Amino acid sequence: MKKLVVIGAGMASGRMLEELFDTAPGAYAVTLFNAEPRGNYNRIMLSPVLSGEKSYAEIVTHDDAWYAANAVTCRFGEAVTRIDRARKVVVGAQGEVPYDQLVIATGSAPFIIPVPGRDLPGVITYRDLDDTNAMIEASGKGGSAVVIGGGLLGLEAAAGLRLRGMEVTVLHLSGHLMERQLDEAAGFLLRRDLEHRGIKVMTKASTTAILGDDRVEAVLLEDGTTLPADLVVMAVGIRPETRLATDAGLEVARGIAIDAQMRTSDPDIFAVGECVDFNGQLFGLVAPLYDQAKVLAQTLLGAEAVFVPKELSTKLKVTGCDLFSAGDFAEGPNREDIVFRDPGRGVYKRLVIEDDAIIGAVMYGDTADSNWFFGQIRDGADISTLRDTLIFGPAFQGGAPVDPMAAVAALPPEAEICGCNGVCKGTIVAAINGGASDLAAVKAQTKASASCGTCTGLVEQVLASTLGDRFTRKAVQPVCGCTELTHEDLRRLIKSQSLKSMPAVWQAGAWKTPDGCHVCRPALNFYLLADWPLEYRDDLQSRFINERKHANIQKDGTFSVMPRMWGGITTPDELRAIADAADKFAVPTVKVTGGQRIDLLGVKSEDLPAIWADLNAAGMVSGHAYSKGLRTVKTCVGTDHCRFGTQDSTGLGIKLEKALWGSWTPHKVKLAVSGCPRNCAEATCKDVGIICVDSGFQIGVAGAAGMDLKETERLGQVETEEEAIALTIAFVQLYRENAKYLDRPYKWVAKVGLDWVKERVVDDLAERQRLIDAFAVSQSVYQKDPWAEHVRERSEQYKPVNLSGFAAE
Amino acid sequence: MTTWIDIGPLDAIPPRGARKVTTPLGCVAVFRTGADEVYALENRCPHKGGPLADGIVHGHAVTCPLHNWVFDFTTGEAQGADTGRVATYPARVEGGRVLLDAARLQARSQAA
Ligand code: SRM
Ligand SMILES: Cc1cc2nc3c(=O)[nH]c(=O)nc-3n(C[C@H](O)[C@H](O)[C@H](O)COP(=O)(O)OP(=O)(O)OC[C@H]3O[C@@H](n4cnc5c(N)ncnc54)[C@H](O)[C@@H]3O)c2cc1C
Ligand code: SF4
Ligand code: FES
Repeated sequence: MKKLVVIGAGMASGRMLEELFDTAPGAYAVTLFNAEPRGNYNRIMLSPVLSGEKSYAEIVTHDDAWYAANAVTCRFGEAVTRIDRARKVVVGAQGEVPYDQLVIATGSAPFIIPVPGRDLPGVITYRDLDDTNAMIEASGKGGSAVVIGGGLLGLEAAAGLRLRGMEVTVLHLSGHLMERQLDEAAGFLLRRDLEHRGIKVMTKASTTAILGDDRVEAVLLEDGTTLPADLVVMAVGIRPETRLATDAGLEVARGIAIDAQMRTSDPDIFAVGECVDFNGQLFGLVAPLYDQAKVLAQTLLGAEAVFVPKELSTKLKVTGCDLFSAGDFAEGPNREDIVFRDPGRGVYKRLVIEDDAIIGAVMYGDTADSNWFFGQIRDGADISTLRDTLIFGPAFQGGAPVDPMAAVAALPPEAEICGCNGVCKGTIVAAINGGASDLAAVKAQTKASASCGTCTGLVEQVLASTLGDRFTRKAVQPVCGCTELTHEDLRRLIKSQSLKSMPAVWQAGAWKTPDGCHVCRPALNFYLLADWPLEYRDDLQSRFINERKHANIQKDGTFSVMPRMWGGITTPDELRAIADAADKFAVPTVKVTGGQRIDLLGVKSEDLPAIWADLNAAGMVSGHAYSKGLRTVKTCVGTDHCRFGTQDSTGLGIKLEKALWGSWTPHKVKLAVSGCPRNCAEATCKDVGIICVDSGFQIGVAGAAGMDLKETERLGQVETEEEAIALTIAFVQLYRENAKYLDRPYKWVAKVGLDWVKERVVDDLAERQRLIDAFAVSQSVYQKDPWAEHVRERSEQYKPVNLSGFAAE
Repeated sequence: MTTWIDIGPLDAIPPRGARKVTTPLGCVAVFRTGADEVYALENRCPHKGGPLADGIVHGHAVTCPLHNWVFDFTTGEAQGADTGRVATYPARVEGGRVLLDAARLQARSQAA
């Protein structure tokens, strides 16, 4: 009988031996080495063991009796240390064994991040039964666990430890969980579900060190945060266990190189499982390993067999987190997305289509159809005729095209239409029959669609099916093609549901695209940062280039730089610094603007950080000449010099500019302060314009002198400068909290009415104070010098990557 | 023949962002999508020369910063009512590094 030696008693070799013994019992005399002191068990099921849902005995695949029945010589608990190819023997701690054929099935080893403290007791990886038992034991004492790595393994470990009563924090380097399998939206839903079970999740968290004297005590992050930890689980990835093969001089790429028959560069040595590298591809899930096992068994028996990698799918084994991902999200020409979201049920589905076939799928919350989709992917099925209803799954295929109206008409009276307010169809129909003939009337009478607004479409369908031809839909302008929501709906949704991230809004607002577009993203970014200044982080990539680079783009792709001149006041030193900068960077045009400052036009993108640094050094901040934010506060000379001046208009202008600069607003905001009613600063056509008079300050708002011409309306008259500033700030904050993105104040005031504004800003003192406080909170985050920050942290981004050298050859 | 050249780490491009690459033959914009794929397009908008690397990236497309034409990453075609096309170049990520196909970049010079 030929001698077969197998190194590693894991899932791949286990399946291979089953095939071998089933097909040709007695063909080989097998010796099986395993570093673990046990035979083959279902490694996948370690997570249910960790969480307590299964016992080890339940997950053993091959017991002693099985090995005995197949006459396998078991060398468990003995690691192979060397392969001697010349003599055809493998060397273990208890001595050598000769082979005719050898199979390497050593699996992979967990990757350990090279930080100080990684060897401390209490730091565990997650790979085998011993790791699992160590975690179970550690959790018995309670305390806190930190899991490094938010992929499949890390999350299963986290969920298990949480079920065993530990305080668990997951640290993840990337921006969202399981980024290799999930897109951002599904990653967000997963995070929310985990947080609901009490697991803390920190993304973009980079571990610097593991701290502790003689065992682990804490984890230190790059940003200085320290997290107390009695247990640290490292689950950041795996790499193929190739050491034996490398030492033996076999060809090794990232894994042990094999051909489609599982043969290594030595014709008598084979490899199978996670340790292999097939044409540059590695494997980390069992499905392809089982295919490999089959091929290897055939090869060993002299039959023809070819290994062909197939599409893979992933499910997370955390009870209650329903997610599925399959196929290819990587690059490929002509890809399109079909996205479906049901915010009420927390469902998200996305299909990636290429050349009329599904090539990838992500589902969260409802994975019932995942197998069908997976089948479509695997078969490369042509879906062109199913396209419109594809995302609804197999139940909708093959029949007549679905008519949404018929579906609504068929709903029973007790079917709930508006989840927020618990309004069912019968109530709405009764209101309609009682005379409510449009959406606004139904909303007013039943409250249906009055909260988050996502059921608006359904309510309209009820109206349409009840009224028939008498129903005419009111034309509402959605934000853009990505959503049905209007700007107003969107702002209400963000506030009422406390949505604090883009993926949260995309989900709750049933976005039809994976990540929005150039129209909705800047608006969304503003709404989120205005409503949640402390929780939400400004997203530069959702800003128009001017606000991303903090300079105004010109028609030739260069930029303009416009240092701030507070209230229009400057000094000879500042002028010299501006002149020097203009010389040094060969600025083609220097212009005095209509906003009382000097514009340097035509600066190259790569020069921006340097020119800002020079202006910063001269004590100036570059101006927000481009922003949906505070622009300029124009002033006149006032009491300082003018014979008619009644108050210090220049001084008030400077104070206002210093209080308001840096704040982001729905559209730009311009102010002016004139020292007397002659109004040299043109304050009567500004967003906020103040006219000084003997008795105090007249505050006007909602003026315009751009595309429209409109005189300001009087918000109020106050006696002191402090009150003038307070009213201005309260007005700006009310505008920030309520206006539609890209509505200047005059457009917004026209919609809500000046009286509504006055009630809040002038009459209701408590509300005025709340507005002022809210503005202060926002300024604590956003009143910062973005130019200095970009010079410090992002100047690299302004430089192009230079490849001018490469083509010279 | 493809000759992949390494232009730097993926991290040097923000997600939904871009980086301009200058070559002796003109500028190429290398984009990173929200899903961490990379694409390379000629940086010059066929409308009025807008720098596409300064646009907003969404899905598999970028919006030109000057007048909002939208270009598909995979075909280089302008979307919707606008018509025009920018050249696309092979790009990929390997081991956290962004690679461009030098041969294609050079071929462009011969074609131009
Ligand atoms: C530089 C300047 C003209 C000048 O040389 O004087 C200017 C230049 C631009 N204005 Fe202006 N506006 C300038 C004062 C004004 C004024 C007068 C004022 O501020 O007192 C107005 C009328 C008042 C107003 O804002 O209502 C004005 C009304 C506009 C409008 C119309 C806004 C509206 O809501 O009606 C736009 C378009 C827009 O913002 O959507 C605009 C847009 C622009 C943009 C930013 C167009 C763009 O997006 O690229 C121009 C940038 C030029 C560049 O390449 O940098 N500019 N613009 C002025 C800069 C003032 C400053 O120091 O910041
Ligand atoms: C907690 C957990 C959950 C998982 N969940 C899933 C899942 O849901 N779905 C899925 O498809 N996959 C899952 N996997 C992955 C799956 O378990 C692996 O892909 C599979 O076990 C790999 O099989 P293998 O035979 O290549 O390696 P292994 O099963 O790891 O077996 C290799 C064996 O070789 C031994 N060995 C290594 N070196 C030597 C040596 N020098 N001498 C002797 N013996 C040696 C090791 O001790 C080990 O027992 C999970 C893995 C873990 C750890
Ligand atoms: S009026 Fe303003 S926007 Fe128009 S060309 Fe002049 S600077 Fe540009
Ligand atoms: S230059 Fe690109 S859209 Fe006009």
